Amino acid sequence: MKLRLLPLAVALGMAACAPPSPHNTGLYILIDTSGSYNNNVRKAEQIVLYSLSRLQSGDSIAVARINTGSFTEKDIIDETTFDDQPSTADLQKRAFATRVASFLDHSSPAPYTDITGGMLQAIEFLNEKQSAHKEILVFSDMDQDLAKGYVRNIPLDLKGVDVVALNVTKLHSDNIDPRLYLGRLAKWQSTVEKGGGHWRVINDLDDLHGLF
Amino acid sequence: MFSTSLFGFTPWPVVSAAILLVLVVAGLYFARDTAHQAIRAAAGALARALRVASHSVHKAQEHLAARNRAVLLAAGREAKERIVEREFVRAGDTVRKDLAGYPEMHRRLSGAILRMEEDQEKAVEVPPEAPGWTQAVKAVANLDARNAGAEILADIHKSMVKAHAEAMDSYREASAKRHSLLRGMMPEWRLIRHTLERVNKSVESVIERSQAIDRHMTEYEAIVRGEDRAVSVLSSSSIVYFFISALVLAVATAGAAINFTLISRPMAEMVGGTNFVGMFRTADIAALVIIMVEISMGLFLMESLRITRLFPVIGALTDKMRVRMIVVTFAILLMMAGIEAGLAYMRELLLQDDLATNALLRNDSTASIVNAHLWITTAAQMGMGFVLPFALVFVAIPLETFVHSLRTVMGLIAIAALRVLALILRILGNGVRHLGVLAERLYDLPLFLPLWLESRAAAGAAPGAVAGIGSAGREPESLQEYHS
Repeated sequence: MKLRLLPLAVALGMAACAPPSPHNTGLYILIDTSGSYNNNVRKAEQIVLYSLSRLQSGDSIAVARINTGSFTEKDIIDETTFDDQPSTADLQKRAFATRVASFLDHSSPAPYTDITGGMLQAIEFLNEKQSAHKEILVFSDMDQDLAKGYVRNIPLDLKGVDVVALNVTKLHSDNIDPRLYLGRLAKWQSTVEKGGGHWRVINDLDDLHGLF
Repeated sequence: MFSTSLFGFTPWPVVSAAILLVLVVAGLYFARDTAHQAIRAAAGALARALRVASHSVHKAQEHLAARNRAVLLAAGREAKERIVEREFVRAGDTVRKDLAGYPEMHRRLSGAILRMEEDQEKAVEVPPEAPGWTQAVKAVANLDARNAGAEILADIHKSMVKAHAEAMDSYREASAKRHSLLRGMMPEWRLIRHTLERVNKSVESVIERSQAIDRHMTEYEAIVRGEDRAVSVLSSSSIVYFFISALVLAVATAGAAINFTLISRPMAEMVGGTNFVGMFRTADIAALVIIMVEISMGLFLMESLRITRLFPVIGALTDKMRVRMIVVTFAILLMMAGIEAGLAYMRELLLQDDLATNALLRNDSTASIVNAHLWITTAAQMGMGFVLPFALVFVAIPLETFVHSLRTVMGLIAIAALRVLALILRILGNGVRHLGVLAERLYDLPLFLPLWLESRAAAGAAPGAVAGIGSAGREPESLQEYHS
């Protein structure tokens, strides 16, 4: 009997000593500041605050803006990984919220929209954090408008990443031809799913319960 | 395709089918005995196997029942010994207490009786002195009056009146004294009555204890003799104890869950909220460990107090060592209770902090208003944090009952399961046997014509034989073989 129990005890001991698998969440919020969409950044603050209220100790968050060329750390407004102690994490959340609000107060519109660059930066951030659950929130009309010379027709490695497009507003041209809007969303869905990610669209910002 | 080729060996499919049918029936008829033997052998083997299995299961059930009975009797004997021992101790205490007061009681009773005897002697009524003048007066009265008898009589009369008055005074004085003595005996009577009442009460208590001991001894003897009634009583008691202790343990588990909720959140501050051991948060495990340590300390405390008997080693310790264990375990419990109260207070602070942060993140200004009666919930949480560890100490009592009754209940369940299994195997065995007979009959069904012809031929050859379709004469033989 003892000999039978020994392997079980060894297995349990090894399981206990094995490096723990991550349980944290990595969140990257992209905020479109280009053109007329810059008027919506106040709504983005609501998303950031909601996200902060849902995150726990050990989770990571970064908020970045979508600019003319977004594949750069310069466009990251703020990033943090919450402390082990929940009370310290609370303090970090408050400070983070203040910094993001301060930035959004002085946000200026960008001439171009580089969503792909922002997503590449998000993938890099999430991979560095080695989060168990990776999520990218894109607060944009999803209309990519690249400046001349920027190459963005590259595949995205979004394996295990949830991509959520928030507040995807309709442009004037979409009103004339809705196929443009639907085609835009379908194109992004295809891009994300080809990269191994999971795509969702949430336009009702009053009901964010399904976000996490 | 297959049917076409099958019925195509003659130009007429119907003829082909008829020929095939005849061939098949003939084949089946000639192979009938062999086929019957095969069916009989297969069904018989299977039935025998099932019957053996049923028998084995039945034996196992009997063995388990005997084992269960022995365990139940042993447990009952031990429990009864404890009860009888306790009753003897109580009776001994009562007798010792009364006997210790007996010399004093005897002295008081003797003193009271002596005093009463003395008073009684003093109170004896002294009859008034008989008047000695009566005869003298009579003699003088018979004298001649001329001899101046009248004067003598007058003097005597005067003296008599005087003596009478004196005697009456003396009598009244003696009576008053006697009444006074009798009145003085009343407290002594009361003292004797109270003392005797106390003695009566003690004797009645001893009699009650002895009756209880008699009753327990009768039950104990029944258990020692292994009577069925004793086993039945012990068994039903075990089931009742099992459900009651399970209910109390469920309540205790709920208490432990509340305790866990109180301390798990602040434990995250101490050991971190992001560490995991396997699938579980380290903070949750730490909180659970604290509760388990409290329950363990409670078990040791109860063992040291000899309220429970789960660990014979603790029960066998010397009294000095046991007292030390009681002090140590109680001190640890007290410390744990203090820690829990502190954690409960910390939890309230952390919750307030969380609420404030969430209110800020929701832009909710109303949530930041501090409740004036918040101290009540804080105090309640701290009180619960302090009291629950001590409440969990008493889990040891239902746990002991649960563990002891679990053995019996599991045994009873296992016996019932084995009994059902044996029954199922037996039914299956019988079913297989009858299926064998049914298979033989089904085999004979397409052969009704040759069998009928055979029976006719047999009837013609041996008049008086039973006629009928199939080998009806062989049926009893077949069944007999099966039943054997």
